[in-house]
Amino acid sequence: MWKYVLKRVLFLIPTILGVILIIYAVMNITPGDPGRAMLGANASQADVDQYNEMIGYNRPFLTKYVDYIKNMLTGDFGTSYFTKQSVFAEVWPRYSLTIRLSLMGVIISTLIGVPIGIYAAVKQYTLWDTIPSIISFFMAAIPTFVLGMVLLYIFALKLNVLPSFGTTQGLKSFIMPALAMALPPSAQTMRFTKSSMLESVRQDYIRTARAKGAPERTVIWKHALKNALLPVITMVGMSLGMFIAGAVVVERMFSLPGIGSLIVDRISYKDEPVIIAGTIMIAIVFTIVMLLVDVLYAFVDPRIKAKYAGTKGK
Amino acid sequence: MDELKNTAAQAAGAAVAAEDEVVTFKRPSQAKEIWRRFRKNRGSMIGLIILIIIFLLLIFAEFISPYEIAIKQIPENILAKPSAQHPFGCDAYGRDVLSRILHGGRVSLAIALIATMTSCIVGSTLGAIAGYFGKWIDSIIMRALDIFMSVPDILFTMTVVVALGANFVNLLIALTLAYFTNYVRLVRSQVLNLSEQEYVEAARAGGSGNARIILSHIIPNAMGVIIVNVTLNVAKIIIYESTLSFLGLGMPPPQPEWGLMLSEAREVMRKAPFLLFFPAAAIVICACCINLVGDGLRDALDPHLKS
Repeated sequence: MWKYVLKRVLFLIPTILGVILIIYAVMNITPGDPGRAMLGANASQADVDQYNEMIGYNRPFLTKYVDYIKNMLTGDFGTSYFTKQSVFAEVWPRYSLTIRLSLMGVIISTLIGVPIGIYAAVKQYTLWDTIPSIISFFMAAIPTFVLGMVLLYIFALKLNVLPSFGTTQGLKSFIMPALAMALPPSAQTMRFTKSSMLESVRQDYIRTARAKGAPERTVIWKHALKNALLPVITMVGMSLGMFIAGAVVVERMFSLPGIGSLIVDRISYKDEPVIIAGTIMIAIVFTIVMLLVDVLYAFVDPRIKAKYAGTKGK
Repeated sequence: MDELKNTAAQAAGAAVAAEDEVVTFKRPSQAKEIWRRFRKNRGSMIGLIILIIIFLLLIFAEFISPYEIAIKQIPENILAKPSAQHPFGCDAYGRDVLSRILHGGRVSLAIALIATMTSCIVGSTLGAIAGYFGKWIDSIIMRALDIFMSVPDILFTMTVVVALGANFVNLLIALTLAYFTNYVRLVRSQVLNLSEQEYVEAARAGGSGNARIILSHIIPNAMGVIIVNVTLNVAKIIIYESTLSFLGLGMPPPQPEWGLMLSEAREVMRKAPFLLFFPAAAIVICACCINLVGDGLRDALDPHLKS
């Protein structure tokens, strides 16, 4: 088990190296440069060249790559080409906003999806099952930004109870973005929970539990639910990664200063250090969350733990 | 199993072949069988019919309402409410919304269909190579893919579109890069699974080469799962592509496009909320119908899954 965890953590190293390589490669083959973007179209070519030289943009592709990795090992993630600030100071506040937003999204989508999914499975073929199923079917086809605009229209324009952009009103500013992000995935969570629950109800141990005379309430809530929720844990964990990456849509919509919109804004300035640091942070959190989910899963489910113990060295 | 039966029939000679013919005569062809099962699913049939209607409308969009109307700006018509002349109203530039929806749909669906095809071809090829040859080829492809997938696809797509500029071809490249990874994993696992089947072993024992085994034994059997995924992916790409357009990273204006129309409608949301409705409805209806057809196909292609 620990060997497996170590292996997964060590795989972060080639991942980070690969991500940096991909970004430098994409930046290298695409037109434009930070000097021109910074100084504007009217600046003389000499000034632009001088600027690019000064920030070190003109170094060859591989030199930049190796230098960046060397600096990174000493804890230096570089300075932004654009604001001249340390990348860490730029990226961190943006990142914490996206994490907060994504956690809210995950919590909302789980709180909506899981209970409705369980209930729909228990009451299969009744209205408690059909209506949520139909709603979730439509939800799956609604893009986040359309939902965001519907919410914007209702809560900001018509009822005027929530701010339409920015983060000035604290928690209130996050309600609409988090809802817009959470509702489409909550439909998916609901469907997933329902099918997992239905699968679990069909197992032999449920029949055993019923046969030994356990009350239906105990059978459903103790025996079936415990087993049904295992795959749901994985799914919720995976969705956190998706939320962090997908947050860029609502960040742009509601003008929230998050990491995704920072990266996208800086692409046109070719601000390589910021883009790299931002993307790596997302990749690291993504990998760690997935790893935690796997480990958690193994700890909750003795069968999987036994499998790891059985196949040593794998 | 059919392959085995066929090989056996060929080997056994004319008498058995005749009997085999009788058997195949009684049993309808696979396509017919799939269609029979698909037809029983009422939701999927409704989805299919609506989709066909949408496709016909989009194909004949030029006759219903020529492209010039979609981009012609008439000042008197600015934010005109829906009327007999303009059933869906007019936008903030005085352009006919119905015509823009039709022509925008052509672009959206064309991009979605082509991007699905290209990502499927790229991904399936890599997946088939990884799964069939295994060993170090598999390791290299899958580890590279893991690294590639740790960059969130929406950021990757945006990087490509922002850096290369927004147009039809770059959008296709970006969407292909975002979606091919699914197919690599899917096809690889299918191939790994199918390579261990008896009929592949039989084919190999019969002297078939790698190419023949892949093309005539593995691909046809993996097709079902791939087709279902392709169908459901079209819906995802429509949504994804409209999101990109909404963020200003899709087709450049004045080209009508559903996401772009929504982003323009947002500016005048207070005065003309109806402008939001039609493009949003178009996206949702298309995605819903494609999902319905995809679900129906999944059940029809693999009756075991449905229980």
